[in-house]
Amino acid sequence: MYDAIVIGGGPSGATAAIYLQRFKKNVLLIMKDSGALGKTAHIDNYYGFVETITGPELLERGINQAKRLGVEVIEDEVLSIDSFPDFTLKTIHGEYKSKTVLLATGRNQVNLRVKGFDNFIGKGISYCAICDGFIYRNKKIGLVGNKEFMLEELDILKNFSEDITIFTNGMTMDVPADKPVVLDKIKEIKDAETLNKVVTENGEYDVDVLFIAIGSPSASDFALRLGAFLENNNIIVEENFMTNVPGLFASGDCIGGLLQIVKATSDGAHAAIAINKYLKNK
Amino acid sequence: MPVKVTTDTFKKEVLESEVPVIVDFWAQWCRPCLMLAPVLEELEKDFDGKVKIAKVNVDEEGYLANQYRISSIPTVLLFENGEFKNQVIGLMRKEDLVKRLGL
Repeated sequence: MYDAIVIGGGPSGATAAIYLQRFKKNVLLIMKDSGALGKTAHIDNYYGFVETITGPELLERGINQAKRLGVEVIEDEVLSIDSFPDFTLKTIHGEYKSKTVLLATGRNQVNLRVKGFDNFIGKGISYCAICDGFIYRNKKIGLVGNKEFMLEELDILKNFSEDITIFTNGMTMDVPADKPVVLDKIKEIKDAETLNKVVTENGEYDVDVLFIAIGSPSASDFALRLGAFLENNNIIVEENFMTNVPGLFASGDCIGGLLQIVKATSDGAHAAIAINKYLKNK
Repeated sequence: MPVKVTTDTFKKEVLESEVPVIVDFWAQWCRPCLMLAPVLEELEKDFDGKVKIAKVNVDEEGYLANQYRISSIPTVLLFENGEFKNQVIGLMRKEDLVKRLGL
């Protein structure tokens, strides 16, 4: 059982993990890839760097710094988080338990940008199989995704219906799936009040519901499933960076505000201090 | 206190209520629904008898969920004078919910 698991190895996650380690907490940092910073070519506005530094280099330094200070860092992808009262995190390669979780996974994923999409959110488009799957017992279910996260959702949906079609929306299918797969790009979602028709480049498919599990789960996907408040896809936190779910914290880009390294690291430090306090009172 | 409503009591508790009723469609296994419960309880207190909260468990009351075309939970419906007024889907903070419901 960890005191804290930090999800995300960017400036916010790494800073939080370093602070927690210094508070002598048993902390694990799980990181998947280099995120937004990994795509940044030049950083010239961050304190203390005379020469310009690249995003990937700064990231690597941050992680190496965390490791040097004793933080346990693993490369893995968190697929689901369960709570009550402690947190259980399922990853591609394992399972971890923790008293607290800090979501620092960066900016939340963009939606499926196709015609009709926004009209059906909550009325046939769902982001959460465990929340809404039950309502579609024995109905025609569509599922958008192409990676492990999609399989997670598929596993849940199989409890409710046999009739499931997977749409990769033009992406390659990266995992083995035992349901029909449509590889075309989705062009439109349409039809009557609740029923959906998915129109792809090469065909039309009748579905009663479309579940979205594109790419990897983002912080907002975790927040949604755990019952944390969201606004415009940003996680809402209190002053102490805790969400309305006890023990669930969030920092950095996933809570919105200034999308800058300096703010992300500041968030990380504040969140670590708050987590330390929370653990003391627990 | 929120009242539990069934197909049998829906008419009396919701449609014939003298005050506006927020009907909360929920289920035990839905985490966002569980987190919405305290929000609604607080809202009821704030309105001090001027709004009633009714809860419909979609597991037990499939007929009601179907009748009101509930396709995602939590969903809350607002009824006033026996008529459907507004619908809000998803978990949100109290102030946002009040605004979205037009209370």
